[in-house]
Amino acid sequence: MRKTPLLIAGLIAAPASAGTISITIPRLNVAEYHRPYVAAWIEPTGGGAARTLFVWYDVAKGGAEPGTKWLSDLRTWWRKGGRSMRLPADGVSGATRAPGTHRVTLPADLRPGQYTLYIEAARETGGREIVSMPLNIPAGNGSATGRSELGAITLSAR
Amino acid sequence: MRMKTKLLALAATLAIATSAQAHRQWLLPAGTILSGTDEWVTIDAAVSNDLFYADHAAMRLDGIKVWKPDGTEGQIENGATGRHRSVFDVHLDQQGTWKIGTTQAGISGTFKVDGVEWRLGGRRGPPPGPGAQAPANMVNSVEEIPANATDVQLTEMSGQNAVFVTLGEPTQTVFQSTGKGLEMVPVTHPDELVQGETAQFKFLVDGQPAADLPITIVPGGKRYRDDEGAFEVRTGADGVASIDWPSAGMVWLNASLSDNKPSNPRATARRMSFTTTVEVMTP
Repeated sequence: MRKTPLLIAGLIAAPASAGTISITIPRLNVAEYHRPYVAAWIEPTGGGAARTLFVWYDVAKGGAEPGTKWLSDLRTWWRKGGRSMRLPADGVSGATRAPGTHRVTLPADLRPGQYTLYIEAARETGGREIVSMPLNIPAGNGSATGRSELGAITLSAR
Repeated sequence: MRMKTKLLALAATLAIATSAQAHRQWLLPAGTILSGTDEWVTIDAAVSNDLFYADHAAMRLDGIKVWKPDGTEGQIENGATGRHRSVFDVHLDQQGTWKIGTTQAGISGTFKVDGVEWRLGGRRGPPPGPGAQAPANMVNSVEEIPANATDVQLTEMSGQNAVFVTLGEPTQTVFQSTGKGLEMVPVTHPDELVQGETAQFKFLVDGQPAADLPITIVPGGKRYRDDEGAFEVRTGADGVASIDWPSAGMVWLNASLSDNKPSNPRATARRMSFTTTVEVMTP
């Protein structure tokens, strides 16, 4: 049903970008708030290696307890591939983000196909949540919502 | 000489083993999956019935060894022994999987000289109270068994109790089989355990698959539930045990095996054990 227009779209024009993800970090009314660590990655639906799209962490923190110390709190991302990355990584790692909606462009070199998109957030003195949704490249539209550490996640073709 | 050292080590471990017969020896790392460039892990070491509730005896720290990911030997730091629990740190200055724990080896048993029973190693009975007599008819090494001894019945014992802690990417070096005694080699890396995913560990005895070996699994947190929660799985013909974790958390795992293939020619039997604590994550 949905496959045909997507295929046609793929044939007609190779989009400059494969799509955009909007990630909402909810504003939380808590006594002690720290911006969450957030990572997003995709996995081919048929199996295959995970590819990290971004990881937001305390990149600037050095010293005895550098920001990388808590990357393993993003425990699924860590296991799926975070632990084998050299960080900081160009175009992938970035500083933590404030509550609000943030747009991230999907890499233009994503091969057409079916993937699952995962977004995982972990917050110091807070909780951890993972949200997943299907992602078909070229990207269509889609959405999902977290219930605690993540708000609305939307996927748009551009 | 070497045997003597081993026996001394055995005597040291038996000091707790005496009361540990019905108890479980456990090592409890604060975490097993760590990130960062240079990290520390703190580990509790104790002997008790309930896991991981330190209410009985501290584990001695002099037998704790550290195997680094590159195969070299590391060390424990900041060790302290309380009444019910010991605690120590390991400075993880290398990326990869570390092994931290104890290995034990020794021989104990009985023999007769002129109809009188003697002992080699083993339990020394209750601690000496007022008026207690020093243990009689005991020797400390196989070499001390007189040539005219009869009814020699010796059991060789070997065991290891170790935990695996990974900084960064998991590695395999510390799981290299020695081909001796009871060993575990991972099919699933012990630092990649997730509730809802079946984990597989392969058990070897003298390097060969240990078939039909019972593995006892006890989840921690007994104090906060009614059931003991322990269960048993058995290895297949290939020595592989498949384990489904009922819940996330720290889990104690033990395999024990007895046979009649000791390496010491004067021993008639051997007992082997493998113990670890693994961390099961939520998905």
